[in-house]
Amino acid sequence: MKIATRKNKGSCKMRIEGEMNIYAAQELKVRLLDCLHNSLRLDLDLSKVSEIDTAGFQLLILAKREAGFLNKGFRILAHSEATSGMTGLLNMTGYFEEKDGAGNGSRLEKEREA
Amino acid sequence: MERELAEARQTFFTECAELLQEIENSLLRLEKTPEDQNTINSLFRAAHTIKGSSGIVGVESVERFTHVVESLLSRVRDGEVGINGGIIELLLECRDHISILVERAGAGENGGPPGEKEEALVARLNALLGCADKADGRKNGETEEAEATEQVHEGEAAERAAGTDLWHISIRFGANALRDGMDPVPFLVYLSRLGEIASIATLHDSMPQAAQMDPESCYLGFEIDFRSDFSKKEIEDVFEFVREDSVIHILPPRSKIGSYVELIGNLPEDSVLLGELLVRGGALTKDELDEALKLQSGFRAATDGLSAPGQSPYIGEIMVNERMVYPELVAAALEKQKKTKEHNASETVTIRIDAAKLDALVNLVGELVISSANVEQHARRLSDGSLVESASHMARLVDEIRDSTMKVRMVPIGDTFSRFNRVVRDIGRDCGKEIALEISGGDTELDKTVIEKINDPLMHLVRNAADHGIEGPEARAAAGKQAMGTIRLNAFHDAGCIVIEISDDGRGLNRTRILEKAHSLGLVANTQTLSDRELLGLIFEPGFSTAEAVTKLSGRGVGMDVVKRNIEALRGTVDVESAEGCGTTVRIRLPLTLAIIDGFMVGVNGSSYVIPLDMVVECVELSDADRQAADKRSYINLRGEVLPYIRLREYFNESGGGARFENVVIVQYAGHKTGLLVDELYGEVQTVVKSLGKMYKGVKGITGATIMGNGRVALILDVPRLIQSIELDMAV
Repeated sequence: MKIATRKNKGSCKMRIEGEMNIYAAQELKVRLLDCLHNSLRLDLDLSKVSEIDTAGFQLLILAKREAGFLNKGFRILAHSEATSGMTGLLNMTGYFEEKDGAGNGSRLEKEREA
Repeated sequence: MERELAEARQTFFTECAELLQEIENSLLRLEKTPEDQNTINSLFRAAHTIKGSSGIVGVESVERFTHVVESLLSRVRDGEVGINGGIIELLLECRDHISILVERAGAGENGGPPGEKEEALVARLNALLGCADKADGRKNGETEEAEATEQVHEGEAAERAAGTDLWHISIRFGANALRDGMDPVPFLVYLSRLGEIASIATLHDSMPQAAQMDPESCYLGFEIDFRSDFSKKEIEDVFEFVREDSVIHILPPRSKIGSYVELIGNLPEDSVLLGELLVRGGALTKDELDEALKLQSGFRAATDGLSAPGQSPYIGEIMVNERMVYPELVAAALEKQKKTKEHNASETVTIRIDAAKLDALVNLVGELVISSANVEQHARRLSDGSLVESASHMARLVDEIRDSTMKVRMVPIGDTFSRFNRVVRDIGRDCGKEIALEISGGDTELDKTVIEKINDPLMHLVRNAADHGIEGPEARAAAGKQAMGTIRLNAFHDAGCIVIEISDDGRGLNRTRILEKAHSLGLVANTQTLSDRELLGLIFEPGFSTAEAVTKLSGRGVGMDVVKRNIEALRGTVDVESAEGCGTTVRIRLPLTLAIIDGFMVGVNGSSYVIPLDMVVECVELSDADRQAADKRSYINLRGEVLPYIRLREYFNESGGGARFENVVIVQYAGHKTGLLVDELYGEVQTVVKSLGKMYKGVKGITGATIMGNGRVALILDVPRLIQSIELDMAV
């Protein structure tokens, strides 16, 4: 797994490449939480994720939930076949598209529409 | 592969024997209660299994024939063909034919064209099937309308019943699932291949705060509504590898609401949330859920007030009372649950073991018993306290191992008994008699090898009782008896033996004819007077079996000598009691096991002898007065009772003068007490019986030998024979 992060005006864009599985879970958890704590918004690009397992998927849920607690923004910018398959199978597509932390919601909505 | 197939064939043959027995039992039951649907079902299942497994192991002859039988049975099951005496007769013949086919296949003859008999049977089966077809056609025309209305009713009922045709699977994976390589997702993917996942909800509420969350633990659970034709077992099997650590609930389609409510109660998540999930999945309607939850809590509150929380009614009951579910539905669901449970139970309570493995185990335990006795002796000799203690502790464990090993070999005799139902029934039909077979004590257990060997003698005795013992209906009426004759098989434990009784209420033995026959055969001198026992015992003499005049009149004698020989080979004895006109009872006594016995060791002139402990009643010292008197007569006075005795020193021709003191071991067998005069009493020992081999077969009074802890040999006394020999001596 390779993680590339780019910070821009308080938002953090994270691009994950390769296998999002249990072997990388420890590292991924730290990186995800780190981004959330040190920025206002986390945008995930999963388009290069070749494989995702339950451990990886749990971390997506954790990040989404944590963002809610911390009142920060969270969204998935792009899915790969693997990640969209997984979210679809587990019927979680709607969960990740729900509005996140208050305050950022409206702005995010606008951005998405734009 | 070849070997595996051979093993599978072996299993097939063993199973077939059991299934054929099952078919026979079911048919005989049906004869009495033709409407019993359970019996019809088990009959069908047995035939179906035989057909299926014969196909798997490639025994075509069996598969082909059983298929036709199965077709008829399936019609019977569906109520298209009624049960009557003719059909049962035909099916019994078919069963016998299958049994012959299986035997032939076992002997390596497979295939070949069906014989004449088979063709005849198939023709008769087809005739019945053809009739059913015609009847079917007619019925269909007439009842089409009725069925249509029925369907409407069914539809309504289904609508009113709770639930849909969806399975509901609720699963919470164990925390270690991911670490163990049991990722939940592949299971779900696999599940989706068995049917259609109608809806799925992923639950992650049990995931802790970010700081405590371990990314390698699994926190997910799923609520799944699933559409599938597979059975519960097959759906369960999907989760086989995670079953241990996970919480899995699988609710079949149309489960009663109670099950859902119970499920909600059992799961860790918030009950409202879960209930809503169920509603969303379509498993429950919103109203039903609310109603059920409200009612349940309402009842709880009411009963809590009465401080009897345990009394709150089951939610299922509430549902029925409130007419939300029909009682039949609940009953059916319960019935189904019960059946699954029973099925599972019967699967786990027995395992098949190669008899050779068991024998090897028994042998080893036998050796263990010997060497443990050895260790104990050495320990005593060294008189090291702690060593003695350890040795005796070990001896106790060895005792227990011995007992449980012996128990493994014990089988209830009931199966053997119930086989005679058919024999009695067939003989009754052939001879135009009505005979009932009563079985009691079927759960009495004895050694498997003994059971196998007792089967033939028992068969002989039952046949004799049915054929010759029970009179024809006219004769019975003339004698003022019920038209239906009764044969009783009974078994019970008695002093280390099992006693098997075969009794009938027939005409009994004619003593005059027996005596006449004995005189003509020269077995008994004309002047000789015989006790009743001896007189009846004559029927076991070899010459009697062929004497037609006696068999016709007395009703006994066919192969009775063989029966006696077989039973004696098992170290057992056989007795007859008979009252003329009232019936006959044959009583067989057998040792419980052939391999290991508890013994009582005695010494005579330095040699050791073992008496089976179960037969020992007491030991007394022979007083001087008795000793002097005993030299002149062959009995002693035991507290005013006359006790015949055998001096083992003389019986076994042990040399050497008499010991200073003698002891009497009083043994009892079949109601007779006898004293055995010995020099020394050593006490209890565990004895592994070793047979003496053919060379010593003729030696009277000894059944076998055993090796003692010190490596020396002790002979095991054959008490029944010893007692017999005294009786003979006294008669002369």
